Amino acid sequence: MLLGPALLVSAVLFALGVAGVLLRRNAIVIFMCVELMLNAVNLTFVALAQRLGVAGQVFVFFVMAVAAAEAAVGLAIILAIYRHRQTLNLQNINLLKG
Amino acid sequence: MPGSLLDALWLVPALPLAGFVLNGALALTRPGAKRAVSLIGVGVLLLAFAAAAGAVVGFARLPGGEPVVQRYWEWLPVGDLQVHFALQLDQLSAVMILVVTGVGALIHLFSVGYMHDDPGYARYFAYLNLFVFFMLMLVLGASFPVMFVGWEGVGLCSYLLIGFWFNEQINADAGKKAFIVNRIGDVGFLVAMFLLFRATGSLDFGDVFSRAAGTFPPGGALITAITLFLFLGCTGKSAQIPLYTWLPDAMQGPTPVSALIHAATMVTAGVYLVARCGVLFALAPVASAVVAGVGALTALFAATIALKQWDIKRVLAYSTISQLGYMFLGVGTGAHAAGIFHLATHSFFKALLFLGAGSVIHAMHHAYHATHAHDDAQDMRNMGGLRHQLPWTASLMWIATLAISGLPPLAGFFSKDEILSAAFAQGAVRPIWYAFWAMGIAAALLTAFYMTRLMLYTFHGPNRTGEGARAHLHEAPWVMTGPLVALGGLTLAGGALNVSPLFGGGTWLHRWLEPVTAAADRLQPAVELSRATEWALVLGAVAVAALGIVGALRLLKPEALVPARLAPPETGLGRVLWKKWYVDELYDAVLVRPVMWLSREVLWKVVDARLVDGLLVNGSAVASRALGWVGSRLQTGEVGFYVVLFVIGVLAVLGTAVR
Amino acid sequence: MIIFWAFAGLAIGSAVFCITRRSPVASALWLVVTLFSLAALFVVLDAQFIAVLQVLVYAGAIMVLFLFVIMLLNLGRQAATDIKGPLGLAVGVALAGVLGFQLGVLRVAGPPAAILLPPDAMARAAAEQGMVGSVARPLFDAYLVPFEITSVLLLAAIVGAVVLAKRRL
Repeated sequence: MLLGPALLVSAVLFALGVAGVLLRRNAIVIFMCVELMLNAVNLTFVALAQRLGVAGQVFVFFVMAVAAAEAAVGLAIILAIYRHRQTLNLQNINLLKG
Repeated sequence: MPGSLLDALWLVPALPLAGFVLNGALALTRPGAKRAVSLIGVGVLLLAFAAAAGAVVGFARLPGGEPVVQRYWEWLPVGDLQVHFALQLDQLSAVMILVVTGVGALIHLFSVGYMHDDPGYARYFAYLNLFVFFMLMLVLGASFPVMFVGWEGVGLCSYLLIGFWFNEQINADAGKKAFIVNRIGDVGFLVAMFLLFRATGSLDFGDVFSRAAGTFPPGGALITAITLFLFLGCTGKSAQIPLYTWLPDAMQGPTPVSALIHAATMVTAGVYLVARCGVLFALAPVASAVVAGVGALTALFAATIALKQWDIKRVLAYSTISQLGYMFLGVGTGAHAAGIFHLATHSFFKALLFLGAGSVIHAMHHAYHATHAHDDAQDMRNMGGLRHQLPWTASLMWIATLAISGLPPLAGFFSKDEILSAAFAQGAVRPIWYAFWAMGIAAALLTAFYMTRLMLYTFHGPNRTGEGARAHLHEAPWVMTGPLVALGGLTLAGGALNVSPLFGGGTWLHRWLEPVTAAADRLQPAVELSRATEWALVLGAVAVAALGIVGALRLLKPEALVPARLAPPETGLGRVLWKKWYVDELYDAVLVRPVMWLSREVLWKVVDARLVDGLLVNGSAVASRALGWVGSRLQTGEVGFYVVLFVIGVLAVLGTAVR
Repeated sequence: MIIFWAFAGLAIGSAVFCITRRSPVASALWLVVTLFSLAALFVVLDAQFIAVLQVLVYAGAIMVLFLFVIMLLNLGRQAATDIKGPLGLAVGVALAGVLGFQLGVLRVAGPPAAILLPPDAMARAAAEQGMVGSVARPLFDAYLVPFEITSVLLLAAIVGAVVLAKRRL
């Protein structure tokens, strides 16, 4: 009964996350929007788990673990970039240009 | 033994091929080994003649007279087309191989003396052997493709040998001209082959000829087209109108080459083709008439040109064209045996004439070389009275002259007479043949005239070679004179091959060739003449020949000639004849120049330079660069931009699911 | 239902604020609100254990880490906005809109009825095995291997993060 609306909410949140990634230039903010997308997907899994079995919740468990690891490493990379380029504006970080 | 020689039919062409390989190897590695080259070059020809004779004897012993076809391997198995590499020995090819190897052997022997001082000795014999190989392939082939291999091969060797002294532009040009003009004819041959295959489903002689009567309605458009295309090939290879212009230029090659290729063998390939395809031509009377008509016209036309040529070899070249015209008149009329008879006798006396001329030229070269003179050794105006210095050559050449004029009992008389009688006889059925006969008679008159002129200017009258050089003129060595004697004997006796019943003879050659010509004769029966008419024609021909000879002796004054470098230019009709009726100039203006213009201005400058180089080659490079530039604009290095593209891709994928 | 829609609305609204704030700190805090609302939604959807994990791990640990790094890099106040200009704005909004629309359309193509369990299956499982047990039990039998690999992954992440963030190697 709540499956349809939950999926709708998840879709909207995911789209908002994508919008954030496309709109912002600051690396950390973009990263936060990616976390938002991940959470939208978690909502999808949990909603479906209600009707399809506990495997969905187990998957959410794993997503959270991996998201944590990813956040740690990602932020470490952002720190390193900031130390080198003194900026987090992704438009200025374009060494692959050409 | 003869039976096994028939099985070893492949030896006949293989021996000259081996000669080519060995001499070729010697030419590349030890060109100075003249003794070995002579042994190999002449030896393989003699062995080939022996093998041919043995095979023919073995063949003659077989009952029934059916052709013997030896299949060696499968050459082109392509769908419906099954072509084997096969050789066929029947009565017609038997005659041809004996002529080719026999006269060829004599000419090889002559060459040993003639080419002795030439640095390209080994190369010469290699090419000459290769030529004999291809010629034998041509006449022994059991199917059109195998014959075509030989056809093309002799054209190649002709090119190689005409341009043998390729260091001079004029020789190389002559070789090119021969090859290119021949190729035009070859297109006709090819088209005819395609049409024949489409209609009959095979290219083997046996299959095609046995199916021909059933497949083609007599006089139909298709068979007429096929035979006319075949004849186009013949006009190229056998130098008839309109593709004869290469033969006089081919005289640039060594004289024995002219004797072998352009008198005795290669140029007769066209006649052989028409005789071989007798059944096809019998089914297309229009084409046969064209063959006979073109032959008669060429005979007359070439004879007129020969009247005013000063180069001894040019006279003989036009004479060859003219005599070939006679042969085509013969086979076009349906008198295949007569045509082949004339082919054989002509090879004897024309080879003799050319080799004799070679003997003369050899002596003249020697004389001019000794005195360091630069006069033309082949111009008759520089000769005269040579019968004192070259008695053997003179007498033998007189025999040949009388033979070609058609005086009895020499070989030329019997063969020429038979052709003219057959043409006259056909006139009763189709009147246009009377015109052909008339042209033939006129050509006979001119033939006698210009040959006597040649003999007169060369061997009689005062000598114009020059005081110093005269002393160096002498007869050729025996290695050269010997073949001349042999050919003289053949010229004298050759008539015995096919004596007409008019003279109590048994028409031996006619009967020998009967199994081959029977099918064609059934479709195109010969017309009989009354005894009285035949005698009248014979006497008329002899009278004409005598008139020509006597006329030349009376009208021409060798005393009035001056050496070539002092001679005044020709005027009036004489100039037109000397300039060969301006045919070469016409071809040049109408064909050669436009093609060259087209090639240079259009095909090179526009198609090649602008279209291919500019548009396709450079254009594709420009297009690549443009695409590359577009691609490089995508590499901004900005993650944000990449994410946008990524999202667009995702939307596209999802879009397909949403549908 | 009302609870669901209330928290859903809160989640979406705070997400909108999250992606539109100029200051990264503000964005982070609004994301925290979004995460809390999602945790509430998880509770409504009979995933109480996951909801608690969400609060503990995501909102508690990961967002704290984000805030640490933002503070470390002194990004608290931004002079200029880092939202893209008009063209970027239009492109971004358009693409996201299309995406949202497509996903929304797709949600009706839900799982086929044949494999759907009855609506209260999760609640019953939770009543039988306990909240944690119903998630933990599959974790240790059916999904043991991913569980172990995840631990290795975490180890790798730790090492990586330490190495990457050091001042001197």
